[in-house]
Amino acid sequence: MATARRDYSLNGEETRRAWEKGLVSAEWYLSPVPRARLKELMKRRNFPGLWHLFLWYALIAGFGVLTWLTWGTWWMAPAYLAYCTILTGSSDPRWHEFGHGTATAIPWLNDAVYNFASFFLLREPTVWRWSHTRHHTDTIIVGRDPEIVNPRPPDFRALFLTAFNLIGGLKTIKHVFIHAFGKKTFPEEDFVPEAEWWRVHLAARVWIAIWLGVIALAIATGSMLPIALVLVPPFLGHWIVLFFGMTQHLGLADDVLDFRLCTRTVYMNPVLRFLYLNMNYHVEHHMYPLVPYHALPKLHEEVKADCPPPCPSVWAAYREIIPIMFKQRRDPETWIEKELPPARAEAKAAAAAE
Amino acid sequence: MSDWVRACAVDDIEPEDVIRFDHAGRTFAIYRSPDNAFYATDGNCTHEETHLADGFVIDDIIVCPKHNGRFRYRTGEALGAPVLDDLDVYPVRIEDGSVYVDIG
Repeated sequence: MATARRDYSLNGEETRRAWEKGLVSAEWYLSPVPRARLKELMKRRNFPGLWHLFLWYALIAGFGVLTWLTWGTWWMAPAYLAYCTILTGSSDPRWHEFGHGTATAIPWLNDAVYNFASFFLLREPTVWRWSHTRHHTDTIIVGRDPEIVNPRPPDFRALFLTAFNLIGGLKTIKHVFIHAFGKKTFPEEDFVPEAEWWRVHLAARVWIAIWLGVIALAIATGSMLPIALVLVPPFLGHWIVLFFGMTQHLGLADDVLDFRLCTRTVYMNPVLRFLYLNMNYHVEHHMYPLVPYHALPKLHEEVKADCPPPCPSVWAAYREIIPIMFKQRRDPETWIEKELPPARAEAKAAAAAE
Repeated sequence: MSDWVRACAVDDIEPEDVIRFDHAGRTFAIYRSPDNAFYATDGNCTHEETHLADGFVIDDIIVCPKHNGRFRYRTGEALGAPVLDDLDVYPVRIEDGSVYVDIG
């Protein structure tokens, strides 16, 4: 059956429709949390952020050294895969948390880690700061949110290529060269303010200098190791970005002003939560982005009675995501309707009746 | 031209916190610093119309609750993306246990 694809561009028919329907920069439902409690939860603390940062860099360094020591042997494969996965895969939540400025109470450190992580994700730091700002303003609003992972109907080929960063990553490389010449690109022009473009252009030039430096080092040393350690991870380690990222919104409603309907909280074990920096509490993060990642489990306790039941595991999350994606291939106008707690459901029914 | 209006009682704001004050169709944020000084700015973030009274005060900085944009509330200075435009600030005086703001 032929399936019509909605227009996910940021300047198309859906954009116009989003404005008409009052979905742009709209007011979203927030589960109530007493101000005093929220203030406690919003407090910045250095210890969790610094400790988790130290652990992350230690793992990167450890697997990097293992890759170097085993270079040219079969033992290199698991060490190198772990290196790429930890470096790029776990860059995504670091990029996210440090980008929000909540991971530590040290603004320059938050910015530095954000820039480091951006490089290994192939995400231009300024472009993505503004893209993510838009994502928080218009979460999964079609025609407005530039961070919708997979449109309806799902494109499995695109998802497979995204696992290796072969769409976004390659596009970024092309855009970096364009930006390095002081030019602008669309759709970035839609959400990056004029006053910020000099940062985009500067970062592009710095990135190209680093890329060329790494290639020069590889040629000078006659070894592919520098390229393997710096230039390949954004592709080979990207699968886990998708693995976590797909659990956030995929298969849920779009064009709704309620994070509980378009966002998913998933319980994860401590190892995954370390790698993912508690972003599994994604409904909570969207409702209160000022709450640092280390306090999200506590925030979850405050709001969970007002939210749909979380997915009890990653496995459970994928058990609802994969089937709905296949359904959406046949019928793009279907999605998972999260069940709201009774009080809210009654209010929703009343609103629908009106 | 000065236009002093009573915004709240001193005790309405905890140290290192912020509250909302609406007057004549306008909205403001009133701050009490950790050293018990009072300040007033426009209520909404200059990036998007999100009220700063729902944000978080850290020392002399107010963090917007929507996108974590940061301002120095004593001066209104925007401290970087996603906030690029400064906040307007208003003179404040304390009288008889009340906070007055010059919104003129």
